[in-house]
Amino acid sequence: MITIKNLSKRYGDKLAVDDLTFSVAPGEVLGFLGANGAGKSTTMRMIAGFISPTTGRVSVCGHDIEKAPVAAKSCMGYLPEGAPSYGEMTVSEFLDFVADIRGLTGERRRERRNVVIDRLGLAPVIDQVVETLSKGFRRRVGLAQALIHDPQVLILDEPTDGLDPNQKHEVRRLINELSKDKLVIVSTHILEEVHEVCTRAIIIANGRIVADETPTALEARSRYHHAVSLRFERDDELSAAEKEIAALPEVSAVESDARERRLTALPKPGANVLAAVSAVIDKHDWDVPELHLESGRLDEVFRTLTDPKGIDVSSSAELPA
Amino acid sequence: MNKVWVVFRRELRSYFATPLAYVFIVIFLVLAAVFTFQVGGFLERNQADLQSFFRWHPWLYLVLIPAISMRLWAEERNSGSIELLMTFPITLWQAVVGKFLAAWCFAGIALLLTFPVWITVNYLGSPDNGAIVAAYLGSFLMAGGFLAIGMCLSAATRNQVVAFITAALVGFVFLLAGFPLVIDFVRGVLPQTIVDAIASLSFFTHFDAISKGVIDLRDFVYFAALIGFWLAATALVLDMKKAE
Repeated sequence: MITIKNLSKRYGDKLAVDDLTFSVAPGEVLGFLGANGAGKSTTMRMIAGFISPTTGRVSVCGHDIEKAPVAAKSCMGYLPEGAPSYGEMTVSEFLDFVADIRGLTGERRRERRNVVIDRLGLAPVIDQVVETLSKGFRRRVGLAQALIHDPQVLILDEPTDGLDPNQKHEVRRLINELSKDKLVIVSTHILEEVHEVCTRAIIIANGRIVADETPTALEARSRYHHAVSLRFERDDELSAAEKEIAALPEVSAVESDARERRLTALPKPGANVLAAVSAVIDKHDWDVPELHLESGRLDEVFRTLTDPKGIDVSSSAELPA
Repeated sequence: MNKVWVVFRRELRSYFATPLAYVFIVIFLVLAAVFTFQVGGFLERNQADLQSFFRWHPWLYLVLIPAISMRLWAEERNSGSIELLMTFPITLWQAVVGKFLAAWCFAGIALLLTFPVWITVNYLGSPDNGAIVAAYLGSFLMAGGFLAIGMCLSAATRNQVVAFITAALVGFVFLLAGFPLVIDFVRGVLPQTIVDAIASLSFFTHFDAISKGVIDLRDFVYFAALIGFWLAATALVLDMKKAE
């Protein structure tokens, strides 16, 4: 259980995190989204106890991070942004060090060490110096470090950044497996990830929460929610369809892409576009090889909520990394 | 397992993971030998003691100790591993003390490797070995003083070169504080008690006594207090600046 109350962080004149209040329960995977400089990493660093909040409180597993930092940190696993580690150590030495500092001993230490090596596929590089590893392996070493003590709470700052698609998939599967009995907070700006792993998403902009709901509810905010997208084989059919579909009472607007011969019909609120569009296609017997109902586009919702015009780029660039 | 011990072991091992440790030890031993035999005239003095060996230690440390201390925190900050260390379930003090003891232990290893000079003096004559042990102890304490200063300055930056230079500078001030050059200068403008206070801050004043085999509790208290002060300053600097 994580409880965050009125959390703020100020750097000089700049309010990096502005009065955040939320709590996360075990079993939840919270996606923490926001543009660069929105305050994601600052918030995660405050939860992990690396930096102190200017005002407000963070409680992890019932321990206040400021008043009982060691107890709070004990029940947490943290992957900092960029997955730093000690470059001159071998993977094996590094994991031993983390196991020791996490107070693991005896049989459990051996067992947990083997579990993370196995789960993250570190066996082939176990005696290699961390510095010489590829970015993907370094990230996996960082994850292994965060998982070795089987923590109740996992804080992962951009865990899939720099991984190839297979590794990304692997990490997401891992998070899904872990989430059964744990509480996970993942920050990311890869929106497809949100749908794959998160049960809940918080979007922050300028240090404030602008949305806090399930990924499905977020998608429902999109103007593409329940929009119908179709592809044509012939140009004349596309242009004819564009006119006819735009005139339908259920449709609010039509977007078309001539190069791909694709057409998207956006619904009026509550209207069922799919039935209306299929009726039109049937009537003319058009050749439509592809037709689907969209659930909404997260990137569009994200853009609307974190409107770049609202972000003062010059001052957010001065934020310490 | 004690957390200080865990930090200590990792840190000490990391010295030997790079060529730094071996380069340092070789340079330290070569310089110590050059100063003792060439500059200090160990053989020409024809005396069975190690005065000509120990009298150069403050100067050796001034240049070489910052090379040990510069990486202590600057490297952690530069690589970002400080974020890891500070989010492990340890206190700031455990991290600071563990790292300091590792660096001190490393300096101690380098110092112990000068044992051939002790064998030499025992082969050539019959020195007061009690005085030599005391001088080694004094030298080790002084190394700790230099290290504590260097560690604090390493915590203030992510650049190891800056850490090296500032540590050498501050160390230089602590060395010079007892020299006539400084003392005569401040005597003209400051009251005697303050002049005495400045003189008593000098490494030389305290090391000189111990290196002659005179063990005075006050000299121990001085070095212990100095180390304690700079470790506390390190913790303070880290607490304020660790995320920058």
